[in-house]
Amino acid sequence: MFGLVSAPVTGGFVGSLPSLLAFSAGPLARLSPLDIAVIAIYFAMVIWIGFYLKKQANTSEEFFMAGREMTAWIAGLSFVSANLGSLELMGWAGSAYQYGILAAHWYWVGAIPAMLFLGMVMMPFYYVCKTHSVPGYLKLRYGPGASIVSAFSFAFMTVLMSGVNMFAMAEVMKVVLGWDLNFSIIVSSLAVAAYVALGGLRSAIFNEVLQFMLIWGGALLVPILGLVEAGGWDGLKAKIAHNVQSGLVPPGDYTHMWRSMGHFSDNPMGIHWTGIVFGLGFAISFGYWTTDFLVVQRVLAAKNLRSARMAPVIGSFFKMGVPFIVILPGLLGLVVLQNPDGSLMHLVGQNLATPGSGLHSYNEVLPLMMVRYMAPGLLGLGITALIAGFMSGMAGNVSAFSAVWTYDIYKPLIVKSARDEHYVTVGRWATILGVIISIGTAYMVMSAAGIMDYVQALFSFFISPLLGVVLMGMFWKRATRQAGFWGLLIGTLTSIGLYAWVKVDPSAVRYVAFSPLAQALAQDMYRALWSVTVTVIVTFVVSLFTKPKPLAELDGVVYGATKIPKEDPVPIYKNEWLWAALAIVLFLGLNIYFW
Amino acid sequence: MRSGHISIWFFIGVLLTVYGAMIFGDGVFDLATGHVPTVILANLHAPVWWGGLLLVLGLFYGIRFRPGRNG
Repeated sequence: MFGLVSAPVTGGFVGSLPSLLAFSAGPLARLSPLDIAVIAIYFAMVIWIGFYLKKQANTSEEFFMAGREMTAWIAGLSFVSANLGSLELMGWAGSAYQYGILAAHWYWVGAIPAMLFLGMVMMPFYYVCKTHSVPGYLKLRYGPGASIVSAFSFAFMTVLMSGVNMFAMAEVMKVVLGWDLNFSIIVSSLAVAAYVALGGLRSAIFNEVLQFMLIWGGALLVPILGLVEAGGWDGLKAKIAHNVQSGLVPPGDYTHMWRSMGHFSDNPMGIHWTGIVFGLGFAISFGYWTTDFLVVQRVLAAKNLRSARMAPVIGSFFKMGVPFIVILPGLLGLVVLQNPDGSLMHLVGQNLATPGSGLHSYNEVLPLMMVRYMAPGLLGLGITALIAGFMSGMAGNVSAFSAVWTYDIYKPLIVKSARDEHYVTVGRWATILGVIISIGTAYMVMSAAGIMDYVQALFSFFISPLLGVVLMGMFWKRATRQAGFWGLLIGTLTSIGLYAWVKVDPSAVRYVAFSPLAQALAQDMYRALWSVTVTVIVTFVVSLFTKPKPLAELDGVVYGATKIPKEDPVPIYKNEWLWAALAIVLFLGLNIYFW
Repeated sequence: MRSGHISIWFFIGVLLTVYGAMIFGDGVFDLATGHVPTVILANLHAPVWWGGLLLVLGLFYGIRFRPGRNG
């Protein structure tokens, strides 16, 4: 999700989609009957799950919050899976081919600290106040003003992103398999609408866990066989170094994460370590992983506070593993992909991979690797993994849209008091409406692909300011109702203003991102940092001049005013603090090993 | 996540069992007939061991979390 010049992102939302979707020539793969059977069985399974779970989605708590009875494992896997879309898999594999292991920053420093912070520090407040959504938390903390702003922006963005995901899936299926765009859009949207409208969040979560297993089962074979062919990790590094020395691969450090971060000009991403640590590691990552309701909703469905805290911790271990099925195939592509004549294949930017050129773009590296190694049946499994990833992205957006529409827009503004069944019905129809709007968005994007760049920017406008007001509200009792509203509004306008400034005057990047060399990716990071900083300052200043809420009204939503319920003691191996500490050790170890 | 009904792990078990059986079966058929898929490292017979792994995992989850069995 965090925007990348040529790839989707860590957060499940898309970086620069046009580049991802700019494939070159005709279908990359031909499916056998066995492959088609594998794909058909997947669709049958997700529909079966939807119908089966319909009878467990009768109340609003069941439909929107999955009855709040998910175990830590289910919530944790769903938490990661909702973010693990196929655009992300394919886009980051392409980025790894282009930029090397630097792309893994989006999985490690760009995710792990924030996930652990959510679980160990923020989750008690989200969970204890029993909110149904992040806008719902803002309502409890700041009142309706900030909540309504957040709810509308979030609802708007979810259906937009769902549509973009839908279109992207159809486009990828067309290029990889030659499938008709309309066929892919109709089939995928019907499947998602069916299983989410029938079973609600529980169905979305069940399918996300299923999709998570498929993604690993379908994609893990590629790096395994790739490493066998390349001679292991040492062999891969030696071959990359050889290809760089002989000029077959553009110069650069492809296998170290931090050594080239000293200056903007030292690495092809045009990034400085401050941008990675503070922009990506804090402003963007914390904004996405701790305040984006799409992912937070999965954790709120946990059966108790311990499970809710443990879920992001469990998710963090799997998140740390994702580079092995995403980044590694991209690196392997640098040494194993060959042209039919046996020469090393050179993937190119989308502007060069035009139809008829015979060239493939960076973003085709993962499908190319699948086709290289996967026999019939296995290829179907790999394609199913990609389809599953797309559908989990759509379902995550649609289920979150349904909850926010019903709880944070429809209930406070349209029908304030009705029977519970009424809101469940509204939720089901909101799901279908969300899918219909998504289809409209997909066709709108189809007619003007440039829109997708703005979608990406739009998303970034709202996330960082939200982080600022949530953090201030959660950890500072003095923050006031007016401060929440103005902090969110001015933080958002700051982000929009900085974006517009650079668009109008590209030389402004030296002020926004501290260097004229900063590329789009680095600009995103510093813009997010500016935005969250302004939000915090505005919230602080306005709070000083306005009247705070009485302490009694802050119970359950603010640190220092909330009594966190004591949990039953558990054996040490089940303690969430132990596993969080292990996650930190592993996180540090990976960064040191690949330094 | 059982919630008193069919566990998600059972669904996963069923799917992996079906996939594993299909892929493993096709791999064994290729091995027996000498047919070699046109992919790199076909000599490693990935469908046999990867399909077999999926099958074993699927059977484990399918049996361990079958409906009506607690835990």
